[in-house]
Amino acid sequence: MVNRAVPSRAELFALLETVKDPEIPVLSIVELGIVRDAVATDAGVVVTITPTYSGCPAMHEIEQEIRAAFADQGLGSVEVRMTYTPAWTTDWMGEEARAKLEAYGIAPPGRRETDDLVPLRRHAATVRCPYCKSLQTERKSEFGSTACKSIWVCRDCRQPFEEFKAF
Amino acid sequence: MSFLFPYLLRLADDRLVLGHRVSEWCGHGPILEEDIALANVALDLIGEATALYKLAGAAEGQGRNEDALAYFRDAVDFRNVLFVELPKGDFAVTIVRQLFFSVYSLLQMEALSKSTNAELAGVAAKTVKEARYHIRHSAQWVVTLGDGTDESHARAQRAVNDLWRYTGELFLADDVDREAAAAGVGIDPSTLADAWRTQVTEVLQRATLTVPTVAYMQRGGRDGKHTEHLGHMLDEMQIVARSHPGASW
Repeated sequence: MVNRAVPSRAELFALLETVKDPEIPVLSIVELGIVRDAVATDAGVVVTITPTYSGCPAMHEIEQEIRAAFADQGLGSVEVRMTYTPAWTTDWMGEEARAKLEAYGIAPPGRRETDDLVPLRRHAATVRCPYCKSLQTERKSEFGSTACKSIWVCRDCRQPFEEFKAF
Repeated sequence: MSFLFPYLLRLADDRLVLGHRVSEWCGHGPILEEDIALANVALDLIGEATALYKLAGAAEGQGRNEDALAYFRDAVDFRNVLFVELPKGDFAVTIVRQLFFSVYSLLQMEALSKSTNAELAGVAAKTVKEARYHIRHSAQWVVTLGDGTDESHARAQRAVNDLWRYTGELFLADDVDREAAAAGVGIDPSTLADAWRTQVTEVLQRATLTVPTVAYMQRGGRDGKHTEHLGHMLDEMQIVARSHPGASW
Protein backbone atom coordinates (compact mmCIF):
# COMPACT_ATOMS: atom_id res chain seq x y z
CA MET A 1 0.00 0.00 0.00
CA VAL A 2 1.32 3.39 -0.99
CA ASN A 3 2.02 5.63 1.95
CA ARG A 4 -0.08 8.77 1.89
CA ALA A 5 -2.35 10.75 4.15
CA VAL A 6 -5.93 9.58 4.65
CA PRO A 7 -7.99 11.70 2.21
CA SER A 8 -10.73 14.03 3.39
CA ARG A 9 -14.41 13.61 2.54
CA ALA A 10 -14.09 16.46 0.01
CA GLU A 11 -11.16 14.73 -1.69
CA LEU A 12 -13.10 11.49 -1.90
CA PHE A 13 -16.09 13.30 -3.38
CA ALA A 14 -13.83 15.00 -5.93
CA LEU A 15 -12.72 11.54 -7.03
CA LEU A 16 -16.30 10.29 -7.13
CA GLU A 17 -17.21 13.26 -9.36
CA THR A 18 -15.18 11.53 -12.08
CA VAL A 19 -17.60 8.56 -12.03
CA LYS A 20 -20.38 9.27 -14.52
CA ASP A 21 -23.78 7.63 -14.62
CA PRO A 22 -23.55 4.92 -17.29
CA GLU A 23 -26.97 5.86 -18.73
CA ILE A 24 -26.56 9.63 -18.45
CA PRO A 25 -22.82 10.22 -18.95
CA VAL A 26 -23.21 13.99 -18.67
CA LEU A 27 -23.87 13.70 -14.93
CA SER A 28 -21.68 12.28 -12.18
CA ILE A 29 -23.05 9.95 -9.55
CA VAL A 30 -22.46 12.75 -7.02
CA GLU A 31 -24.59 15.21 -9.02
CA LEU A 32 -27.35 12.62 -9.32
CA GLY A 33 -27.41 12.20 -5.54
CA ILE A 34 -26.50 8.51 -5.75
CA VAL A 35 -23.45 8.96 -3.49
CA ARG A 36 -24.60 9.42 0.09
CA ASP A 37 -21.32 9.22 1.96
CA ALA A 38 -17.62 8.49 1.60
CA VAL A 39 -15.27 7.82 4.48
CA ALA A 40 -11.57 6.94 4.43
CA THR A 41 -9.61 5.32 7.22
CA ASP A 42 -6.17 3.73 7.39
CA ALA A 43 -7.83 0.45 6.43
CA GLY A 44 -9.56 1.69 3.31
CA VAL A 45 -12.48 3.55 1.83
CA VAL A 46 -16.20 3.01 2.41
CA VAL A 47 -18.55 4.58 -0.15
CA THR A 48 -22.29 4.52 0.54
CA ILE A 49 -24.62 4.73 -2.44
CA THR A 50 -28.39 4.59 -2.87
CA PRO A 51 -30.30 3.29 -5.90
CA THR A 52 -32.41 5.71 -7.94
CA TYR A 53 -35.04 3.01 -8.56
CA SER A 54 -34.96 -0.46 -6.95
CA GLY A 55 -34.72 -2.01 -10.36
CA CYS A 56 -32.01 0.27 -11.73
CA PRO A 57 -29.78 -2.13 -13.68
CA ALA A 58 -26.91 0.35 -13.64
CA MET A 59 -26.16 -0.04 -9.93
CA HIS A 60 -23.75 -2.96 -10.42
CA GLU A 61 -21.86 -1.05 -13.07
CA ILE A 62 -21.74 2.05 -10.87
CA GLU A 63 -20.28 -0.03 -8.06
CA GLN A 64 -17.60 -1.39 -10.37
CA GLU A 65 -16.78 2.07 -11.67
CA ILE A 66 -16.39 3.37 -8.14
CA ARG A 67 -13.89 0.57 -7.48
CA ALA A 68 -12.08 1.40 -10.70
CA ALA A 69 -11.90 5.11 -9.76
CA PHE A 70 -10.29 4.25 -6.43
CA ALA A 71 -7.92 1.63 -7.84
CA ASP A 72 -4.32 2.82 -8.09
CA GLN A 73 -5.00 5.53 -5.50
CA GLY A 74 -3.26 3.56 -2.77
CA LEU A 75 -6.20 3.92 -0.41
CA GLY A 76 -6.44 0.27 0.58
CA SER A 77 -9.64 -1.73 0.27
CA VAL A 78 -12.75 -0.18 -1.26
CA GLU A 79 -16.13 -1.15 0.13
CA VAL A 80 -19.33 -0.01 -1.58
CA ARG A 81 -22.37 -0.14 0.68
CA MET A 82 -25.99 0.21 -0.38
CA THR A 83 -28.49 2.18 1.66
CA TYR A 84 -32.22 2.70 1.12
CA THR A 85 -32.67 5.40 3.74
CA PRO A 86 -33.54 8.10 2.97
CA ALA A 87 -35.10 7.09 -0.34
CA TRP A 88 -33.52 8.77 -3.35
CA THR A 89 -35.30 11.79 -4.79
CA THR A 90 -34.68 14.07 -7.76
CA ASP A 91 -34.91 16.95 -5.28
CA TRP A 92 -31.23 16.23 -4.53
CA MET A 93 -30.25 17.27 -8.04
CA GLY A 94 -28.74 20.79 -8.06
CA GLU A 95 -29.33 23.62 -10.55
CA GLU A 96 -26.03 22.99 -12.29
CA ALA A 97 -26.89 19.34 -12.83
CA ARG A 98 -30.33 20.28 -14.18
CA ALA A 99 -28.76 22.71 -16.64
CA LYS A 100 -26.35 20.00 -17.82
CA LEU A 101 -29.24 17.62 -18.37
CA GLU A 102 -31.16 20.11 -20.50
CA ALA A 103 -28.07 20.92 -22.55
CA TYR A 104 -27.66 17.18 -23.11
CA GLY A 105 -31.21 16.95 -24.50
CA ILE A 106 -33.02 15.58 -21.44
CA ALA A 107 -35.67 17.77 -19.80
CA PRO A 108 -34.70 18.12 -16.11
CA PRO A 109 -37.06 16.93 -13.36
CA GLY A 110 -39.75 19.34 -12.25
CA ARG A 111 -41.63 19.40 -8.98
CA ARG A 112 -42.74 16.15 -7.46
CA GLU A 113 -46.40 15.29 -7.64
CA THR A 114 -48.74 15.17 -4.71
CA ASP A 115 -49.18 11.84 -3.05
CA ASP A 116 -52.76 10.93 -3.95
CA LEU A 117 -53.35 7.29 -3.23
CA VAL A 118 -54.89 6.48 -6.57
CA PRO A 119 -53.96 9.36 -8.82
CA LEU A 120 -55.92 8.58 -11.95
CA ARG A 121 -55.08 11.83 -13.61
CA ARG A 122 -51.69 13.43 -13.47
CA HIS A 123 -51.48 17.15 -13.00
CA ALA A 124 -51.00 18.97 -16.27
CA ALA A 125 -47.25 19.11 -15.89
CA THR A 126 -45.45 21.52 -18.17
CA VAL A 127 -42.23 20.16 -19.56
CA ARG A 128 -40.04 22.42 -21.66
CA CYS A 129 -38.53 21.07 -24.86
CA PRO A 130 -34.78 20.90 -24.23
CA TYR A 131 -34.14 21.73 -27.90
CA CYS A 132 -36.37 24.66 -28.89
CA LYS A 133 -37.56 25.57 -25.34
CA SER A 134 -41.21 25.39 -26.40
CA LEU A 135 -43.77 24.55 -23.73
CA GLN A 136 -46.05 22.95 -26.34
CA THR A 137 -44.99 19.42 -25.49
CA GLU A 138 -46.84 16.19 -25.05
CA ARG A 139 -46.00 13.07 -23.05
CA LYS A 140 -45.96 9.91 -25.14
CA SER A 141 -45.12 7.44 -22.41
CA GLU A 142 -44.41 7.51 -18.71
CA PHE A 143 -41.62 4.99 -19.30
CA GLY A 144 -38.53 5.69 -21.35
CA SER A 145 -35.22 4.01 -22.05
CA THR A 146 -34.63 3.79 -18.31
CA ALA A 147 -37.00 3.80 -15.34
CA CYS A 148 -36.00 7.36 -14.44
CA LYS A 149 -37.07 8.88 -17.78
CA SER A 150 -40.31 9.38 -19.71
CA ILE A 151 -40.80 9.97 -23.44
CA TRP A 152 -42.12 13.29 -24.76
CA VAL A 153 -42.50 14.96 -28.12
CA CYS A 154 -42.34 18.68 -28.89
CA ARG A 155 -45.33 19.93 -30.89
CA ASP A 156 -43.33 22.90 -32.22
CA CYS A 157 -40.02 21.46 -33.36
CA ARG A 158 -41.41 17.88 -33.65
CA GLN A 159 -38.41 16.57 -31.76
CA PRO A 160 -38.97 13.57 -29.47
CA PHE A 161 -37.07 13.87 -26.20
CA GLU A 162 -36.80 12.35 -22.75
CA GLU A 163 -37.71 13.89 -19.42
CA PHE A 164 -35.94 12.98 -16.20
CA LYS A 165 -39.02 12.23 -14.08
CA ALA A 166 -39.53 14.00 -10.77
CA PHE A 167 -39.41 11.22 -8.22
CA MET B 1 -36.95 -13.29 16.32
CA SER B 2 -37.77 -16.54 14.55
CA PHE B 3 -40.50 -14.76 12.58
CA LEU B 4 -38.10 -12.36 10.87
CA PHE B 5 -36.73 -14.66 8.16
CA PRO B 6 -40.11 -16.11 7.09
CA TYR B 7 -41.69 -12.66 7.23
CA LEU B 8 -39.08 -11.05 4.98
CA LEU B 9 -39.10 -14.10 2.71
CA ARG B 10 -42.81 -13.81 1.89
CA LEU B 11 -42.45 -10.10 1.13
CA ALA B 12 -39.61 -10.92 -1.25
CA ASP B 13 -41.23 -13.99 -2.84
CA ASP B 14 -44.39 -12.04 -3.76
CA ARG B 15 -42.30 -9.50 -5.62
CA LEU B 16 -39.85 -11.85 -7.31
CA VAL B 17 -42.57 -14.13 -8.67
CA LEU B 18 -44.74 -11.25 -9.86
CA GLY B 19 -41.68 -9.47 -11.28
CA HIS B 20 -40.82 -12.56 -13.30
CA ARG B 21 -44.40 -12.86 -14.57
CA VAL B 22 -44.39 -9.22 -15.70
CA SER B 23 -40.96 -9.68 -17.31
CA GLU B 24 -42.51 -12.35 -19.56
CA TRP B 25 -44.02 -9.45 -21.53
CA CYS B 26 -40.59 -8.24 -22.57
CA GLY B 27 -40.61 -8.35 -26.37
CA HIS B 28 -44.35 -9.21 -26.40
CA GLY B 29 -45.98 -5.93 -25.28
CA PRO B 30 -48.99 -4.72 -27.28
CA ILE B 31 -47.15 -1.51 -28.21
CA LEU B 32 -43.51 -0.49 -27.81
CA GLU B 33 -44.18 2.00 -24.99
CA GLU B 34 -46.06 -0.65 -23.03
CA ASP B 35 -43.34 -3.22 -23.60
CA ILE B 36 -40.87 -0.75 -22.07
CA ALA B 37 -43.27 0.16 -19.26
CA LEU B 38 -43.81 -3.46 -18.20
CA ALA B 39 -40.08 -4.19 -18.37
CA ASN B 40 -39.47 -1.22 -16.07
CA VAL B 41 -42.16 -2.35 -13.63
CA ALA B 42 -40.69 -5.87 -13.65
CA LEU B 43 -37.25 -4.45 -12.87
CA ASP B 44 -38.65 -2.48 -9.94
CA LEU B 45 -40.33 -5.57 -8.49
CA ILE B 46 -37.24 -7.74 -8.91
CA GLY B 47 -35.09 -4.96 -7.42
CA GLU B 48 -37.41 -4.71 -4.41
CA ALA B 49 -37.21 -8.51 -4.04
CA THR B 50 -33.41 -8.39 -4.18
CA ALA B 51 -33.26 -5.89 -1.33
CA LEU B 52 -35.70 -7.95 0.75
CA TYR B 53 -33.86 -11.25 0.05
CA LYS B 54 -30.62 -9.64 1.26
CA LEU B 55 -32.32 -8.75 4.55
CA ALA B 56 -33.92 -12.21 4.71
CA GLY B 57 -30.61 -13.97 4.12
CA ALA B 58 -28.96 -11.91 6.87
CA ALA B 59 -31.86 -12.65 9.25
CA GLU B 60 -31.62 -16.37 8.55
CA GLY B 61 -27.87 -16.36 9.19
CA GLN B 62 -27.17 -19.46 7.08
CA GLY B 63 -25.07 -17.63 4.51
CA ARG B 64 -27.73 -17.63 1.80
CA ASN B 65 -27.62 -14.52 -0.37
CA GLU B 66 -30.32 -13.18 -2.70
CA ASP B 67 -29.27 -15.48 -5.56
CA ALA B 68 -29.38 -18.58 -3.36
CA LEU B 69 -32.87 -17.67 -2.19
CA ALA B 70 -34.17 -16.86 -5.67
CA TYR B 71 -32.57 -19.64 -7.70
CA PHE B 72 -31.90 -22.55 -5.36
CA ARG B 73 -35.24 -23.13 -3.69
CA ASP B 74 -38.03 -25.31 -5.07
CA ALA B 75 -41.69 -24.36 -5.43
CA VAL B 76 -42.65 -25.87 -2.05
CA ASP B 77 -40.14 -23.53 -0.38
CA PHE B 78 -41.66 -20.40 -1.89
CA ARG B 79 -44.08 -18.44 0.31
CA ASN B 80 -45.66 -16.10 -2.22
CA VAL B 81 -49.44 -15.82 -2.53
CA LEU B 82 -51.02 -17.82 -5.38
CA PHE B 83 -52.24 -14.56 -6.92
CA VAL B 84 -48.76 -13.57 -8.18
CA GLU B 85 -47.82 -16.95 -9.69
CA LEU B 86 -50.81 -17.25 -12.04
CA PRO B 87 -49.80 -17.09 -15.72
CA LYS B 88 -49.56 -13.62 -17.21
CA GLY B 89 -52.69 -14.23 -19.29
CA ASP B 90 -53.70 -11.58 -21.79
CA PHE B 91 -52.86 -7.90 -21.31
CA ALA B 92 -56.04 -7.35 -19.29
CA VAL B 93 -55.10 -10.06 -16.78
CA THR B 94 -51.63 -8.61 -16.34
CA ILE B 95 -52.87 -5.03 -15.96
CA VAL B 96 -55.71 -5.87 -13.54
CA ARG B 97 -53.31 -7.94 -11.44
CA GLN B 98 -50.84 -5.03 -11.43
CA LEU B 99 -53.53 -2.70 -10.13
CA PHE B 100 -54.60 -5.15 -7.42
CA PHE B 101 -51.05 -5.88 -6.30
CA SER B 102 -49.76 -2.29 -6.53
CA VAL B 103 -52.53 -0.96 -4.27
CA TYR B 104 -51.80 -3.80 -1.83
CA SER B 105 -48.06 -3.13 -1.99
CA LEU B 106 -48.54 0.59 -1.39
CA LEU B 107 -50.72 0.06 1.69
CA GLN B 108 -48.43 -2.65 3.04
CA MET B 109 -45.21 -0.75 2.46
CA GLU B 110 -46.58 2.53 3.84
CA ALA B 111 -47.16 0.65 7.08
CA LEU B 112 -43.77 -1.09 6.92
CA SER B 113 -41.98 2.22 6.37
CA LYS B 114 -42.66 2.74 10.09
CA SER B 115 -41.23 -0.68 11.00
CA THR B 116 -38.99 -0.90 14.07
CA ASN B 117 -36.58 -2.76 11.79
CA ALA B 118 -34.76 0.22 10.25
CA GLU B 119 -33.49 -1.67 7.20
CA LEU B 120 -36.95 -2.96 6.35
CA ALA B 121 -38.35 0.54 6.89
CA GLY B 122 -35.84 1.89 4.35
CA VAL B 123 -36.69 -0.67 1.68
CA ALA B 124 -40.39 -0.07 2.35
CA ALA B 125 -40.09 3.71 1.94
CA LYS B 126 -38.38 3.12 -1.40
CA THR B 127 -41.05 0.66 -2.50
CA VAL B 128 -43.85 3.10 -1.60
CA LYS B 129 -42.58 5.57 -4.20
CA GLU B 130 -42.48 2.88 -6.86
CA ALA B 131 -45.87 1.39 -5.97
CA ARG B 132 -47.39 4.86 -6.47
CA TYR B 133 -46.45 5.11 -10.10
CA HIS B 134 -47.20 1.44 -10.67
CA ILE B 135 -50.75 2.22 -9.50
CA ARG B 136 -50.94 5.24 -11.78
CA HIS B 137 -49.80 3.15 -14.75
CA SER B 138 -52.14 0.20 -14.15
CA ALA B 139 -55.16 2.29 -13.04
CA GLN B 140 -55.06 4.33 -16.24
CA TRP B 141 -54.97 1.14 -18.28
CA VAL B 142 -57.80 -0.49 -16.32
CA VAL B 143 -59.99 2.57 -17.05
CA THR B 144 -58.92 2.57 -20.69
CA LEU B 145 -59.74 -1.12 -21.12
CA GLY B 146 -62.87 -1.20 -18.96
CA ASP B 147 -64.37 1.97 -20.39
CA GLY B 148 -63.21 1.07 -23.90
CA THR B 149 -64.56 -1.21 -26.62
CA ASP B 150 -66.91 -4.13 -26.02
CA GLU B 151 -63.97 -6.48 -26.49
CA SER B 152 -61.63 -4.66 -24.08
CA HIS B 153 -64.42 -4.26 -21.51
CA ALA B 154 -65.27 -7.97 -21.67
CA ARG B 155 -61.64 -8.97 -21.28
CA ALA B 156 -61.06 -6.58 -18.38
CA GLN B 157 -64.20 -7.83 -16.60
CA ARG B 158 -63.16 -11.44 -17.16
CA ALA B 159 -59.72 -10.68 -15.70
CA VAL B 160 -61.30 -9.05 -12.63
CA ASN B 161 -63.64 -12.03 -12.15
CA ASP B 162 -60.90 -14.64 -12.61
CA LEU B 163 -58.40 -12.91 -10.30
CA TRP B 164 -60.81 -11.89 -7.56
CA ARG B 165 -60.92 -15.23 -5.76
CA TYR B 166 -57.12 -15.08 -5.38
CA THR B 167 -57.11 -11.67 -3.67
CA GLY B 168 -58.34 -12.94 -0.29
CA GLU B 169 -55.02 -14.59 0.44
CA LEU B 170 -53.28 -11.21 0.36
CA PHE B 171 -55.05 -10.30 3.60
CA LEU B 172 -54.85 -13.60 5.51
CA ALA B 173 -52.75 -13.35 8.65
CA ASP B 174 -50.87 -16.32 10.10
CA ASP B 175 -48.59 -16.65 13.15
CA VAL B 176 -45.63 -15.18 11.28
CA ASP B 177 -47.63 -12.04 10.41
CA ARG B 178 -49.04 -11.72 13.92
CA GLU B 179 -45.65 -12.13 15.61
CA ALA B 180 -44.04 -9.64 13.23
CA ALA B 181 -46.87 -7.18 13.87
CA ALA B 182 -46.68 -7.65 17.64
CA ALA B 183 -42.94 -6.89 17.55
CA GLY B 184 -43.55 -3.69 15.56
CA VAL B 185 -41.53 -5.13 12.65
CA GLY B 186 -44.41 -6.09 10.38
CA ILE B 187 -48.11 -5.53 9.96
CA ASP B 188 -51.16 -7.73 10.16
CA PRO B 189 -52.31 -7.89 6.50
CA SER B 190 -55.96 -8.25 7.48
CA THR B 191 -55.87 -4.59 8.58
CA LEU B 192 -55.24 -3.55 4.96
CA ALA B 193 -58.30 -5.22 3.45
CA ASP B 194 -60.82 -2.38 3.81
CA ALA B 195 -58.55 0.32 2.42
CA TRP B 196 -57.54 -1.95 -0.47
CA ARG B 197 -61.15 -2.67 -1.36
CA THR B 198 -62.06 1.02 -1.26
CA GLN B 199 -59.23 2.03 -3.58
CA VAL B 200 -59.69 -0.83 -6.01
CA THR B 201 -63.47 -0.34 -6.13
CA GLU B 202 -63.00 3.33 -7.00
CA VAL B 203 -60.89 2.46 -10.04
CA LEU B 204 -63.14 -0.42 -11.15
CA GLN B 205 -66.21 1.82 -10.97
CA ARG B 206 -64.52 4.50 -13.05
CA ALA B 207 -63.67 1.75 -15.50
CA THR B 208 -67.39 0.73 -15.62
CA LEU B 209 -66.37 -2.67 -14.29
CA THR B 210 -68.34 -4.68 -11.74
CA VAL B 211 -66.79 -5.65 -8.41
CA PRO B 212 -67.30 -9.42 -8.01
CA THR B 213 -69.29 -10.75 -5.10
CA VAL B 214 -67.76 -14.24 -4.88
CA ALA B 215 -67.17 -15.29 -1.31
CA TYR B 216 -64.87 -18.28 -1.79
CA MET B 217 -61.19 -17.40 -1.75
CA GLN B 218 -58.23 -19.55 -2.80
CA ARG B 219 -55.30 -19.93 -0.42
CA GLY B 220 -52.18 -22.00 0.21
CA GLY B 221 -49.17 -20.06 -1.07
CA ARG B 222 -48.01 -18.91 2.36
CA ASP B 223 -47.87 -22.59 3.38
CA GLY B 224 -45.96 -23.63 0.26
CA LYS B 225 -49.03 -25.20 -1.38
CA HIS B 226 -48.87 -23.72 -4.84
CA THR B 227 -50.64 -24.04 -8.16
CA GLU B 228 -48.88 -26.09 -10.82
CA HIS B 229 -47.97 -22.81 -12.54
CA LEU B 230 -45.24 -21.85 -10.04
CA GLY B 231 -43.14 -24.96 -10.72
CA HIS B 232 -43.22 -24.36 -14.46
CA MET B 233 -42.28 -20.73 -13.96
CA LEU B 234 -39.38 -21.57 -11.63
CA ASP B 235 -38.08 -24.19 -14.10
CA GLU B 236 -37.60 -21.47 -16.63
CA MET B 237 -36.40 -18.82 -14.18
CA GLN B 238 -33.85 -21.04 -12.42
CA ILE B 239 -32.48 -23.19 -15.23
CA VAL B 240 -29.44 -21.06 -16.08
CA ALA B 241 -28.39 -20.48 -12.47
CA ARG B 242 -28.77 -24.18 -11.66
CA SER B 243 -27.04 -25.42 -14.81
CA HIS B 244 -24.07 -23.12 -14.30
CA PRO B 245 -23.76 -22.46 -10.55
CA GLY B 246 -21.66 -19.42 -9.76
CA ALA B 247 -21.58 -18.19 -13.36
CA SER B 248 -21.45 -14.45 -13.89
CA TRP B 249 -22.05 -12.43 -17.02
